[in-house]
Amino acid sequence: MPIANTPTSVPVVVDEEKCIADRGCTVCVDVCPLDVLRISELTGKAYMKYDECWYCMPCEADCPTGAVTVDIPYLLR
Amino acid sequence: MDEIGSGTAQVDCDVLVIGGGTAGPMAAYKAKVKNPKARVILLEKANVKRSGAIAMGMDGLNNAVIPGHSSPEQYTKEITIANDGVCDQAPVLKYAQRCHDIICELDGFGIRFQKDENGEFAVRKVHHLGSYVLPMPNGDTVKKALYRQLRRVQLLITNRFMATRLLTGRDGRVAGAIAVNTRTAEFLVVRAKAVILCAGAAGRLGLPASGYLYGTYENAANAGDGYAMAYHAGAGLANLECFQINPLIKDYNGPACAYVCGPFGGYTANNRGERFIECDYWSGQMMLEFWNELQSGKGPVFLKLDHLHESTIGEIESILHRVERPSRGRFHERRGTDYRRDMVEMHVSEIGFCSGHSASGVFVDEHARTTVPGLYAAGDMASVPHNYMLGAFTNGAVAGEDAIGFAAEVDHAEYDPADVEAERERVLAPTRRDDGVPPNQVEYKARRLVNDYLQPPKVTRNMEIFRHRIAEVREDLETGMAVRDAHELMRALEAASIVDCAEMAAAASLFRTESRWGLYHLRVDHPERDDAAWLCHTILRKVDGRPACEKRPVAPYLVPIAEDERDAYRKQRIRAHA
Repeated sequence: MPIANTPTSVPVVVDEEKCIADRGCTVCVDVCPLDVLRISELTGKAYMKYDECWYCMPCEADCPTGAVTVDIPYLLR
Repeated sequence: MDEIGSGTAQVDCDVLVIGGGTAGPMAAYKAKVKNPKARVILLEKANVKRSGAIAMGMDGLNNAVIPGHSSPEQYTKEITIANDGVCDQAPVLKYAQRCHDIICELDGFGIRFQKDENGEFAVRKVHHLGSYVLPMPNGDTVKKALYRQLRRVQLLITNRFMATRLLTGRDGRVAGAIAVNTRTAEFLVVRAKAVILCAGAAGRLGLPASGYLYGTYENAANAGDGYAMAYHAGAGLANLECFQINPLIKDYNGPACAYVCGPFGGYTANNRGERFIECDYWSGQMMLEFWNELQSGKGPVFLKLDHLHESTIGEIESILHRVERPSRGRFHERRGTDYRRDMVEMHVSEIGFCSGHSASGVFVDEHARTTVPGLYAAGDMASVPHNYMLGAFTNGAVAGEDAIGFAAEVDHAEYDPADVEAERERVLAPTRRDDGVPPNQVEYKARRLVNDYLQPPKVTRNMEIFRHRIAEVREDLETGMAVRDAHELMRALEAASIVDCAEMAAAASLFRTESRWGLYHLRVDHPERDDAAWLCHTILRKVDGRPACEKRPVAPYLVPIAEDERDAYRKQRIRAHA
């Protein structure tokens, strides 16, 4: 039973210009209650790896550089 | 990160607290303060800094019993009536007697509560009978203030470990818990003399109308793990058929919220902009009238604020768009909804277990003790009805203080090492399958079935069909679910909790052959409330691997309820004027 990858538009967006994850910051990853953010091995920046968002906003509120924006998940808008 | 590892560590402590949301930090703090030499561990699936229902703070207290405004006896009476009489009053009374001290203590932590010009708490009325609502002007700082205290007393905090099962000794006493790291799948065995479960509501039981698995009313991390752990440890669970269903902003699925807007003059209205309920306090009876209005030609239901003054609306926005669910403002903005001009469309939430708002929880007495020796529960998952955030703090404190005393009297209970091995096999099974059904599909199917067959109005035949269909999902979960990383494993374990809770919800609902608590247990083929047979608790336990229910008498009332007060919450609908 093969597993498909179905695309979804994710609600948490990271401004890579502002994100300082490549300098060691992991604040948004640390605070997320659903643990859905990760640091990309490719870019060194934070991104939403799993589309499992409660649109609760600690990632945005605690980001030291204002790089994170939480939008409402598309299915709810 | 997320690769599946294989280590196992073991630690010992006196008191283990599972869940770092609201009740958990307070329980751990109180235990540690009472005995600073004791080892107290606070275990959290996410991060204590931002976990649980109050991750982004709270707008106020919904059930503050403050001298001069209300009395513990009056509050106990109010909650007994709101629960249609099925209420052991001792834990409610204990809460009501202690919560004022807890408010003062929280005030000392730097969490401010609204005061009037005389420096007195500015309490507001939302409930049917008494006044208990107290706004929190800096409610966004609750978690930070709490976390500072945890650091001050040097509590041991273990983040990103998900407890999966409790360990019990041969004598049935609690012996600790098994936990799994949510990013590495490594095991942690915690031996403890007492364990306090504070794992929150079962919020991923029903499927939200949006279809988005995580668009729940409750913090979506609250998957019912605590209910499942208590069940498998043999604890009794009370009144699980008394579902949580809340009136929420449609699609956004967060509170609007009547406790904030009501005191400012906002109210719940039908499509004519008219009030149809006397009181916006969340009770099953209120939810039934809300649901009736949705089904009628006067639906849908709205939150009406458009008649209020600009400055009032500004004040409401400054609360609703800043704390608890601050993305509300963003939701409205995208749809072009403005409180000044538009009523806000409301809907009923998916079902869940949550004593914070209803009465479905692990059975506890006035010391927060469950029916398993050494095991405690507090907050949304413990059976003290309508206990909200302040109940989580207060009952968490009660649990912490009692548990540390219990731990001082006993040694660690001896568990069977085979139990740890069996749990490791259960937990890791989905990691050993190369292919199979992913946890998100198992979860979606279980929750879709909950909506189809189990959410009110409840029908016996539907619930019987549900038991067959959910058993099929369980079979898939246990024999065919596959995960690719440690994060998916956490979701797989949550799916197992959800299926456990769904089966418990069906068993308890089928057991109670009457209707009670308004919409929460509206059983349309047993439509009447039957006090002669059912003015009692339903206690559910695991017997021979299956949920079994029995009646438990309501403890004799400590605060008598007069005949003419009993039905106060059943007269919610505004009567038609001639």
